[in-house]
Amino acid sequence: MIKLTRKISLFLLCLNLAAYSHLLRAELTIEITEGVQTAHKIAVVPFATPQGEKLNADIAQIIADDLAGSGYFKVLERGSMLTQPTQPAQVKFRNWAATGQDYLVIGFMTKDNNLYHVQMSLFDVYKKEQLNGLRLTVEASSLRMAAHRLSDVIYQKLTGVDGVFTSRIAYVTSVAEAESKHRYHLNIADYDGANKVPMARSKEPIMSPAWSPKGDKIAYVSFENKVSEIIVQTLSTGERKSVARYKGINGSPAWSPDGKKLAITLSKDGNSDIYILTLTDLSLRKLTKSWAIDTEAAWSPDGKQILFTSDRGRLPQLYIMPSDGQGGAKRLTFDGSYNARGSFSADGKTVVMVQGVQGNYRIAVLDLATGGSHVLTNGPQDESPSFAPNGQTVIYARRKLNKEILSTVTLDGVTKQDIRHTSGMVREPAWSPRK
Amino acid sequence: MKFNKTAVPLFLIAALLSGCTADEEKNDFLDDTSAKTVDTGVATDTYNEEGAKVSELNVDRTTLSGVEALMNSPEFSDSASLLSKRTIYFEYDSSQVLSEFFPVIEAHAQYLMNHPNQRIVLEGHSDERGTREYNIALAEQRAKSVFKMLQLIGVMSNQVDIVSYGEEKPVAMAHNDKSYALNRRVQLVYK
Repeated sequence: MIKLTRKISLFLLCLNLAAYSHLLRAELTIEITEGVQTAHKIAVVPFATPQGEKLNADIAQIIADDLAGSGYFKVLERGSMLTQPTQPAQVKFRNWAATGQDYLVIGFMTKDNNLYHVQMSLFDVYKKEQLNGLRLTVEASSLRMAAHRLSDVIYQKLTGVDGVFTSRIAYVTSVAEAESKHRYHLNIADYDGANKVPMARSKEPIMSPAWSPKGDKIAYVSFENKVSEIIVQTLSTGERKSVARYKGINGSPAWSPDGKKLAITLSKDGNSDIYILTLTDLSLRKLTKSWAIDTEAAWSPDGKQILFTSDRGRLPQLYIMPSDGQGGAKRLTFDGSYNARGSFSADGKTVVMVQGVQGNYRIAVLDLATGGSHVLTNGPQDESPSFAPNGQTVIYARRKLNKEILSTVTLDGVTKQDIRHTSGMVREPAWSPRK
Repeated sequence: MKFNKTAVPLFLIAALLSGCTADEEKNDFLDDTSAKTVDTGVATDTYNEEGAKVSELNVDRTTLSGVEALMNSPEFSDSASLLSKRTIYFEYDSSQVLSEFFPVIEAHAQYLMNHPNQRIVLEGHSDERGTREYNIALAEQRAKSVFKMLQLIGVMSNQVDIVSYGEEKPVAMAHNDKSYALNRRVQLVYK
């Protein structure tokens, strides 16, 4: 799979040079201003398969789902398509203008031994011109990823913002076995929940997965030895290393942007404080020294600040302090009685967090320039928010009836999408960094 | 202040506890031998689709038969015995031990003092509301409250370990106040 992804990347690299050299400017510029947003209408016609072969991956449907879930596109239903062209020469723009479409995606596939060539064309219906054409070559098992790649290209072309459809998520599942016994899994999947790959499983809880900045390792909390400890696991080999197992709490690992340190929570000195753990020699530096609970550290993108949850003001709120410890902590949140588990957007301008008001826990974003926050979700038990690498979408865990599921919400709170999953309770999503 | 190993009157414990805050507490809750190198416990090698090994964690390392026998003895299983009660419940957002649980804690303290080789784990738990890592910290405070009482009565600190599971191991699965109340707890687990 990794090999194939690399293969796709190489292809893209070659094709992108040709495709983008004359079109450096994005077609649309998305500006998010107080939740005002227009969805652009796009039709994604079913791709012709080689000799009409029935494939597991419906490329056009995957692209349609990607684009619709981003919140920036309204996708035409197949039943409303007047025609279903698969070759550029077959496109009659008036058929698409008649149904009010702004853009059109068509494509076809050919097969060469075990390799599939997926050809995609993107059209501007109003201007009656092709905006992009792309061919990917993959094995059958990578057709979904090829579709996500195409979504990335379309999204970037039309919004000017990088797509996140080829990124992945790490998350924890808990499956009930016997009475009050559970089976815990750490999984990695495509961002939409497909292609799930188990990384670790345990009869004891697994918590708080965090991607390394390069996306090659995951740090998490494991209770496999009936005490908490922090594990760093290398994805390509499965190799695991216990990096913190002090008495008391070992929790909340957060990678520094350079990947050399983890901010972690330990209670070895009496109560929960944040420490900086250097991964090369496992040396520790104590960062917070309050009598209160300090936990859930997150690094600013420049690595200079640490955001964390503290109840030093009695109720949990977000605070920020220099990561070198040279300077005091400043309180950031004032709306709501409970603000916790903050993390930064990639540009460092926004923080996403859990905001609790009268027992209703919802995902909210805090604008660091203004200090204002706004709520994105409805609660009652929303948690573990994580920004997509492009900062446009947040993934989080929520309770839906009696199930725990993962959902995404756009930054304006308008578009929400549940992520498909199989059995058990699904929680603690962490969105991978951009590859 | 010094206590001998006889039972301290309950009102005195309550008075002492109400004056206690977390920052006064500098005890070692786990002895240092517990911070040993990690047994990854990989039992069977399975591989995921990317060819990386899936880690199979926590194989049971100890037999529990000795403890099981103890827990099945009348002293621990007869519902008339206070030692059969091994869960302490807490109010919302509180780590204060309720007075109704003082006799239970005192009974366990007496047993531990009479059996200095017996070890116990205090498992801290919370309900599901709020964030997971914050709940880990909250639930640890609950376990520490029970630990303080045991210690004040005279239990040796090296007999007691604390593990906080936060909201990760609920016993009641519904999402209502009754479930939340059952999940806000410290379990006394004999080893």
